[in-house]
Amino acid sequence: MKYIEEFNDPARAHRLLDEIRATVTRPWALMEVCGGQTHSIIRHGIDQLLPEEVELIHGPGCPVCVTPLDVIDKALDIAARPEVIFCSFGDMLRVPGTDRDLFRVKGEGGDVRVVYSPLDALEIARGNPDRQVVFFAIGFETTAPANAMAVHQARRLGLRNFSLLVSHVRVPPAIEAIMTAPSCRVQGFLAAGHVCSVMGTAEYPDLAEKHRVPLVVTGFEPLDILEGIRRAVHQLERGEHRVENAYPRAVREQGNPAALRMLEEVFEVVDRNWRGIGRIPASGWRLTDAFRDHDAEHRFDVSGIRTEEPAVCRAGEVLQGLIKPTECEAFGTACTPRTPLGATMVSSEGACAAYYLYRRMNTPAPQGSRIPREEMNPVG
Amino acid sequence: MADLATPATAAAPDTAVDPANWTCPAPLRDQPVVVMGHGGGGALSAELIEQVFAPAYGNPVLAALTDSAVFDLGGARLAFSTDSYVVRPLFFPGGSLGDLAVNGTVNDLAMSGARPAFLSTAFVLEEGVELAVVGRIARAIGAAARAADVTVATGDTKVVESGHGDGVYVTTAGVGLVPDGVDIRPQRARPGDAVIVSGPIGQHGVAVMSVREGLEFGVRTVSDTAPLAGLVAAMLEVTKDLHVLRDPTRGGLGASLNEIARASGTGVHLRERAIPVPEEVANACGFLGLDPLYVANEGRLVAFVPPGHAEAVLAAMHAHPQGAGAALIGECVADHPGMVVVATGLGGTRVVDLPLGEQLPRIC
Repeated sequence: MKYIEEFNDPARAHRLLDEIRATVTRPWALMEVCGGQTHSIIRHGIDQLLPEEVELIHGPGCPVCVTPLDVIDKALDIAARPEVIFCSFGDMLRVPGTDRDLFRVKGEGGDVRVVYSPLDALEIARGNPDRQVVFFAIGFETTAPANAMAVHQARRLGLRNFSLLVSHVRVPPAIEAIMTAPSCRVQGFLAAGHVCSVMGTAEYPDLAEKHRVPLVVTGFEPLDILEGIRRAVHQLERGEHRVENAYPRAVREQGNPAALRMLEEVFEVVDRNWRGIGRIPASGWRLTDAFRDHDAEHRFDVSGIRTEEPAVCRAGEVLQGLIKPTECEAFGTACTPRTPLGATMVSSEGACAAYYLYRRMNTPAPQGSRIPREEMNPVG
Repeated sequence: MADLATPATAAAPDTAVDPANWTCPAPLRDQPVVVMGHGGGGALSAELIEQVFAPAYGNPVLAALTDSAVFDLGGARLAFSTDSYVVRPLFFPGGSLGDLAVNGTVNDLAMSGARPAFLSTAFVLEEGVELAVVGRIARAIGAAARAADVTVATGDTKVVESGHGDGVYVTTAGVGLVPDGVDIRPQRARPGDAVIVSGPIGQHGVAVMSVREGLEFGVRTVSDTAPLAGLVAAMLEVTKDLHVLRDPTRGGLGASLNEIARASGTGVHLRERAIPVPEEVANACGFLGLDPLYVANEGRLVAFVPPGHAEAVLAAMHAHPQGAGAALIGECVADHPGMVVVATGLGGTRVVDLPLGEQLPRIC
């Protein structure tokens, strides 16, 4: 496991930075789609080292941040029931619903457990046949196959006490939505390497062609990110707009066929709401009718839960790259990880949280936004 | 509002994101119930102390809010400390609840420069726990006390009904003597002080996590639990003028350094590449999306040493078994008071904040 060290090598990083500096002749705005990349960029100070012509815009690729408030409220409702063992990835526990979070439900006696894999939740279901075990299936294409596998296994083992609360989202429709927004400033994308390791790159050439943007599949270590930026800038400077794989040690063009088959069998594509953004067509998954009896929304009859979100923060603009977290008037004052106004401050992968944790020192006085702030209404 | 998920429309979005639809949740108000984060050694723990305990029985000794209280009694300068241990599992690679119960309190005393002398142990046992388990923990306490050269002088036992405890809880308290001329507390950090850590960080947290969560990280990580009073004595032989000592347990090095920066009104500047993070800790943290700076240690200290003595103190630490891996990781500075800033390996900087509660594994 020497690779972590190697992909942090300062000498190589500075060679890549020198090459980016030598290539760039004018300002470019790149978006890193994935929250894991945002975190790595801020944690290692990569954005501080880039030439000022290269601007990184943080995209909506934090699955925690974009999970709609409705879904969180449904999770809270289900997790508080005495017959339920509610299993979740750790960072969903602090995301506020309307008036509480999963930690609070746990504190009030709910059986809420952090797991590292949906298959752990499946084991809990096997060991507790008299309880209902629910796994909170959130995330992008990266986490969806394992969740599909868990349902598949539950069916094979006859585990009728296992279900998923599904809020899966897909990256390409989000890129499409961002690029068709009138206020879009993005000129190139660092595509999320882990998503592509599952899905491959087949969905991207059309996007690159239609919107004339380079899409560079990029990894997560500092050298991966710098290499992705180097290639994207290189394309932009030459007027090119191709899909490039800068993460070949993990990504093949065809993706992971076994995972894709599993997704195909268990999930179907649906329109979905994204917290802070709104409804994006064909941007999510739900369980197919064949697996509907493992769908927690139906099993616990929570589909009637409707939540109107008071519009108090600018996470939507942050998620679309329209403003930097520090340009929000609430950043670091009314809105901190302790009192998050928006999911981008709650999740450890949220752009606001990353800025707050690693950058408060340099927080400038909030500037006016680039676009007028309009009166916001709840979605729907 | 429409259903959350509806069958997909075939068309690509013709109207993209509508600014009128951007939404966000209202803030979470303070929790009215105890949540796990209140025990995580971060901001929530600090708020519990400041808002609940300090107003209830505040006094000048408690107000220092150090890991052990230091006061004069009958002509002697005493350090006094207490700590409860609720670790799960009870036994983990490199130690057990018993080792933690002794070393934790011994180290809290040592961080004020005291030589620990006497401990008490109070057991809360759950009905149904095997006596053999209690015996193993008691033997571990005895062995750890002998190794730390302290006497377990008194104790207590209570039993709670099955289902009302987690097997075994142990609370220890300890007293020790503070040598003349020693005044070690977080408020004494000064710009220019060298910041030294006594060895590799994060091993205890990763060792416990690997057992608790059934995660294997290729290399077996062993807890660093150890008594540090001997190492502190060796450092005090170089100079009595050590400014600050802390054992970075819950919340890790990040939480301890933030507490020191805030208590002293100074800044802390660290060099990321100088911080000793074992490869297995780095890998485990990378896998889980955790930061080694916030992972617990049980046998490490961080010291703020006046610049003139830093080299000699570091040499004395290297000559002691508990300080063989000691490293100079940064300086105390006048800039950014109350903040800890790390120079990253690539040449950027980032702020290391006080963690809120417990670190949570990231989804991706």
